[in-house]
Amino acid sequence: MLIGKTSLREYEIREIESLRERYPVKQALIIDALMIVQKRSGWISDELIKSLADFLDFSVEEIDSVATFYNLIFRKPVGKHKILICSSLCCWLNGSDLISENLKKILGIEFGGTTSDGQFTLIPIQCLGMCDKSPAMMIDEDSFGCLKVNNLTDILESFD
Amino acid sequence: MERPLTQNIRQDRVPLSVNEYKTTGGYKSLLMTLREMTPGEVKEEVNKSTLKGRGGAGFPTGLKWSFFPEIEKIGKPRYLVANADEMEPGTFKDRLLLEGNPHQIIEGILITAYALQADVSYIYLRWEYRQAYERIKLALKEAYEQNLIGSNILGSKFDHNIFIHVSAGRYMCGEETALLNALEGKRASPRAKPPFPQVSGLWGRPTIVQNVETLCNVPWIVLNGAEWFRNLSKIPEGGTKLFGVSGRVKIPGLWELLMGTLLREIVEQYAGGMREGLKLRAVMPGGSSTSLLLKEHLSAQMGFDTMIQAGSRLGTGTVIVLDDKTCPVGLLENLIHFYARESCGWCTPCREGLAWINAILYSIENGAGKTEDIEILNDQCELLASGNTYCALAPGAIDPLKSALKYFAEDFEIHIMEKRCPYDRNIY
Repeated sequence: MLIGKTSLREYEIREIESLRERYPVKQALIIDALMIVQKRSGWISDELIKSLADFLDFSVEEIDSVATFYNLIFRKPVGKHKILICSSLCCWLNGSDLISENLKKILGIEFGGTTSDGQFTLIPIQCLGMCDKSPAMMIDEDSFGCLKVNNLTDILESFD
Repeated sequence: MERPLTQNIRQDRVPLSVNEYKTTGGYKSLLMTLREMTPGEVKEEVNKSTLKGRGGAGFPTGLKWSFFPEIEKIGKPRYLVANADEMEPGTFKDRLLLEGNPHQIIEGILITAYALQADVSYIYLRWEYRQAYERIKLALKEAYEQNLIGSNILGSKFDHNIFIHVSAGRYMCGEETALLNALEGKRASPRAKPPFPQVSGLWGRPTIVQNVETLCNVPWIVLNGAEWFRNLSKIPEGGTKLFGVSGRVKIPGLWELLMGTLLREIVEQYAGGMREGLKLRAVMPGGSSTSLLLKEHLSAQMGFDTMIQAGSRLGTGTVIVLDDKTCPVGLLENLIHFYARESCGWCTPCREGLAWINAILYSIENGAGKTEDIEILNDQCELLASGNTYCALAPGAIDPLKSALKYFAEDFEIHIMEKRCPYDRNIY
């Protein structure tokens, strides 16, 4: 079973433990556990990696090697809201590059950057499976399709 | 026209509850399987149906199952994985099945698991499909409550558990052996084959990975028989297929049509042809790793073998259309940029080669290309060909590049000669 002392919160431990029965070995919990603790602040600090390593009884390097592979696990601070803008083919055919340029202008950041007020982080992402509604993006868990340059501000303003 | 996969999906995609699903005949196939058929009989029916995997490779499903060891030889645990990590650029078909009728995929998993005598299934779902996640989670709960999943399913001796695993991203995870590593909590690098996952997959146990659409076909094959399934198709590969079209066409969308439907019919009739002022220049018939085809290929039938004959692949069956006002070099630059970024870095040709191609295409598109670049691109196409890499990511990336170098050689030349992209990026 899971061992070790930890700075993980009780509800996080409960959620990780509740998945234990799904897998025959606890290594398989690493990705789920990373996604669970990431909910705290949207990214995972070195301290959290250490806590998870202690809790799951793996080395820090083992946990971090997994964390750094997956693009939805964030190892740097991010804004309150993550904008995932599709940069794949079909969205590009319909002008996603122009949408991205406008988002950068409106937000005053480059890809990977976070606005100075800490509200938004802008990240290009692979195909979101909304090719019939391209160009498309997600903000947090909400999807937006058929984007137009002139409706971006409205969408952004709906997030506070 | 029969549309088994989508006939019970509502226009707004609000899914059927377990009881609604049952009133449409849902879980009848499972009940029949458990009461009247042996696992061998299910396998035989699927084999006779000529169903081919809908994830892109088109491997015959029955043949894949035949490599799965008998339970007398290798006992439990035995795993089934539903690959719901739909991430191939241009592909949005499994999303419909996952969001629109989650019980259909659950029934497909259960019958497949019975045929294989697998005791645990994982649905490997990409994180971005949030709605699908909520709906499958609810459907699983309903199915457990009605003893459709769990122990002694519907009074039989068959036990099965299904879990959802939500991915943390990366295109690579859709590759079946990389997916297995991801499920085991590791970096999603591909594994060398052999051993094949059927023999040594998850945690070294027998494992079958199937695409969502493939699994959704299984209940219908069992219920209506292999002959019915074969007769749905216009070609010797049975069934219907979800076909999609995206790009600058009038009506981008998704339709369940007979296997073997003409490419032209899908692009011109269902998608309504090109938008005003645009002409069709080329298509990728099944997602971003299928070779480009030209106008003269539109008379080809959409099937796995027929698309190979036409010079491409059916892939996922979701067509991407390139118009005459969009730069083909730009298209390839976008595409290779994606593959270079998504390369897991495990093997050298893919890690280094794609980055090199990416840099060259960027310089050509931005007016800094050199004549010798074309030769380097052609060389890289050879170096990254199938067999030189661990998995199909790099070969999938260079297939479209190869076809573009062949069909749009003039465009590449003009970019290099004029030191600029001759196309206006005029979208609206």
